[in-house]
Amino acid sequence: MSDAMRAETVRITGHGGDEIEAYLAQPLDDARHGGVVVIHHMPGYDAATKEITRKFAANGYLAICPNLYSREAPGASPDDAAAAARANGGVPDERLVGDVAGAVAALKVLPGSNGKAATIGYCSGGRQSFLAACSLPLDAAVDCYGAFVVGTPPEGAPLKVGPIVHLAKDLSCPLLGLFGAEDKFPSPEQVAELEQALKDSDKSYEFHTYDGAGHAFFAPDRPSYRPEAANDGWQRIWAFLGRHLAS
Amino acid sequence: MCTYLTEVVELQGSGKGPEGWFPVTTASVYFDHPVHAPAEHTLNVDLLNPALGAGARVAMELDPSAARALATAILEVLGSAPAAVLTQPRQVRT
Repeated sequence: MSDAMRAETVRITGHGGDEIEAYLAQPLDDARHGGVVVIHHMPGYDAATKEITRKFAANGYLAICPNLYSREAPGASPDDAAAAARANGGVPDERLVGDVAGAVAALKVLPGSNGKAATIGYCSGGRQSFLAACSLPLDAAVDCYGAFVVGTPPEGAPLKVGPIVHLAKDLSCPLLGLFGAEDKFPSPEQVAELEQALKDSDKSYEFHTYDGAGHAFFAPDRPSYRPEAANDGWQRIWAFLGRHLAS
Repeated sequence: MCTYLTEVVELQGSGKGPEGWFPVTTASVYFDHPVHAPAEHTLNVDLLNPALGAGARVAMELDPSAARALATAILEVLGSAPAAVLTQPRQVRT
C-alpha cells in the first residue's frame, strides 16, 4: 500500500457561490476513500490545522480544511485573519454551513472519493461540526470540545454564536464527542445536556470525557496538550471513521 | 476555554506593524488562547486598522498579572501627566 500523499492549497466554492481558500490533502493511490472536512479552531487556518488535515490523509482519508476567514482577510497570515474575523463577530452559522457544504462537494468530486463524508472540528470548530451535521447530509461527525452547542456566550460577547442543542433532532449522522472533564466551555454539565438531547431524539452518538484534560487537549503546540487523552481520542476517531466512512 | 468575550474600543493613534507605522482606529481586547505566548490563556490586545486590511495589526498576548500591571502603569502615567498636555490630538490637515 502506498503512503504517498499530496497536500496543497486549492480554491473551492463556498457559501453564496463565493470562491474560498482551502487546504486539501489526499492519498495518492488507486483506492476509494472517505472524505473528512476539518473545521479549524478560532485561531484560524493555521499550521497546526493543516497538519491535522495531512494526518487524515496519512490515515487514508481525503481531507480538506476550508479557510473560514477567506472573506475577512484574503492572503493575511492566520493569526491576523483570526483577529480580523473575531473583531467582525466571528463566522455566521449560515455561512459556515455553506462553506462546509462546498468542502463536502469538493471532496466528493475527487476521483478517489467513495462518496462518503464526515466533519471534524476543534474548539469553535467542534460546535460547527455539530451544526454542519444537523444541517447537511453527512455520514459521520466529530465534535472535539465544541463550546456553546449548549449554553449562551457571556452577555455582551460580540460573536454571532448561540446555543444550537435544539438542532439535535436534525442530526443526520452518528456523532463522536470528545471532551475534557476540566473544560468550562463546554462544561461536563453542558456535555450531559447535549447527550440528553441526543438520547431524546434517538440519535446515534459516542461520547468520551477525559479526566485530567481541559479544553484543547489535542493541541500538541499548546500547554493544554494531554497526550494520554489525545492519543486515546485519535484511536476513537480512527475507529469511528473506519466504521462510518468505509466503502 | 474559549471565552468568546471581546471588548472593542474605537480609538485614535498609531501603531507599528510588519509594514511600518499605520493609523490605529480600533482595539480588540479579549482573554483567550494565545497564538505565541507559552500559556493556556492570555489577555490579548489587537491594535487594528480594518480599513487597511487584516495585516494592519499590532498584537500583544500578556500574562493576566502583566496585563493588569500594564493597565495600571498606563493609568498612573496618564494620571501624573500635566492636564495641559492631556488634550485631544490636534487634527492635521494635509
